[in-house]
Amino acid sequence: MSSETAKPKVATIWLDGCSGCHMSLLDTDERLVDLVNAVDVIYSPIVDPKQFPEDVTVTLVEGAVSSEHDREMALIIRKNSKLVVSLGDCAVTGNVPAMRNAFKTTELLDRAYKENAAHNAKHPTVGLSPLIEKAQPLHAVIDVDLFLPGCPPPADAIFTLITDILAGRETQVTELTRFGR
Amino acid sequence: MNMSTLATPQVITLQIDGQDVSARADESILDVARENGIDIPTMCHLDGLDPVGACRLCLIEIEGTPKLLPACMTYAEEGMRVLTDSPRLQKYRRTILELIFAERNHVCSVCVSNGHCELQNMAVKLGVSHVTVAYRYPKMEVDSSHDRFRLDHNRCILCTRCVRVCDAVEGAHTKDVMGRGVLSAIIHDLNEPWGDSDTCTSCGKCVHVCPTGALVEKGTASSEMAKRTQFLPYLTRMREHHS
Repeated sequence: MSSETAKPKVATIWLDGCSGCHMSLLDTDERLVDLVNAVDVIYSPIVDPKQFPEDVTVTLVEGAVSSEHDREMALIIRKNSKLVVSLGDCAVTGNVPAMRNAFKTTELLDRAYKENAAHNAKHPTVGLSPLIEKAQPLHAVIDVDLFLPGCPPPADAIFTLITDILAGRETQVTELTRFGR
Repeated sequence: MNMSTLATPQVITLQIDGQDVSARADESILDVARENGIDIPTMCHLDGLDPVGACRLCLIEIEGTPKLLPACMTYAEEGMRVLTDSPRLQKYRRTILELIFAERNHVCSVCVSNGHCELQNMAVKLGVSHVTVAYRYPKMEVDSSHDRFRLDHNRCILCTRCVRVCDAVEGAHTKDVMGRGVLSAIIHDLNEPWGDSDTCTSCGKCVHVCPTGALVEKGTASSEMAKRTQFLPYLTRMREHHS
């Protein structure tokens, strides 16, 4: 048990993203076994815990910050993580979620829930966090330590970044990936 | 030909990044550097078009001059000592590139020029993994009125390559720049829809010199819009031979 708890604790989360960066993480294929042996994945869409844990070594964040909930999560992530990584273009640049930023949020909600609704045309009031005025890259909201662009970042780039972090090495990310990819 | 009427080009010696190089007095620092295998990053420059110094990526330091100067518009002088890649310049170049990304809406992942874009490649070259200045998110127009081509202002970096090729190479001068500062934009004729232009010859040169996905051929999907700029040095050289 003691050796288990000595492993670095990794969390992954997606905010306003499409899950594609997490799919790319899973595309590391058999190397996932090495990763899982080297770290404890203590919070992620692919593991059980529902509360973001305290005392996380590295958190990989996919997605832009688009809602009040995203913003609250970002603050918790920063407070509880030693290292925060922006994983993929939405977290790094805003990317597709930020394409709505030229419009008012009421215009967006009208478009989605009124103009295109066949029944019950009204803005949602329950279960959805309110949109913030503009979808933002993560580092516009909290300090971010490392950036891995790409839509999604290639599996090799994600694997290299994580293994470099564990080994205490610096990663030349623009040699591994780029905006858009 | 009477050889005595040909002026002897003045040969100059200067130093670029500690390397002694020789140049003609009518050569820009950018040309001299590239002839000597010294790479200076550029976005608005394109061989075959007159330089304008618009993008500022080619800024250099010249000993004894407090200002940074664009290498494409600065001419070689005897005894000059030029730095092209100091830590100060690297920092400014990255910031300039970040400002270009932040000024409009460059969404590489869904762009037809993804994978063929000079702006995207420049981020890789300069090691820009994220933009530290605030994005502006302006609301920009897309002009799809032309039969074959599209102008997406979201992706324009105002390098004016399209304006210059339309004027100096095609001779049409359909395109120009209107407005000031961040409100500057490429226009057609007297700010009319591209499709309504009487002067546009639909030659497509502007599309192929555009470094980003701002000017594209219609009917291209994400990542499909590869540009072909080879025609330009060829045309320029053929015209020089005839004149």
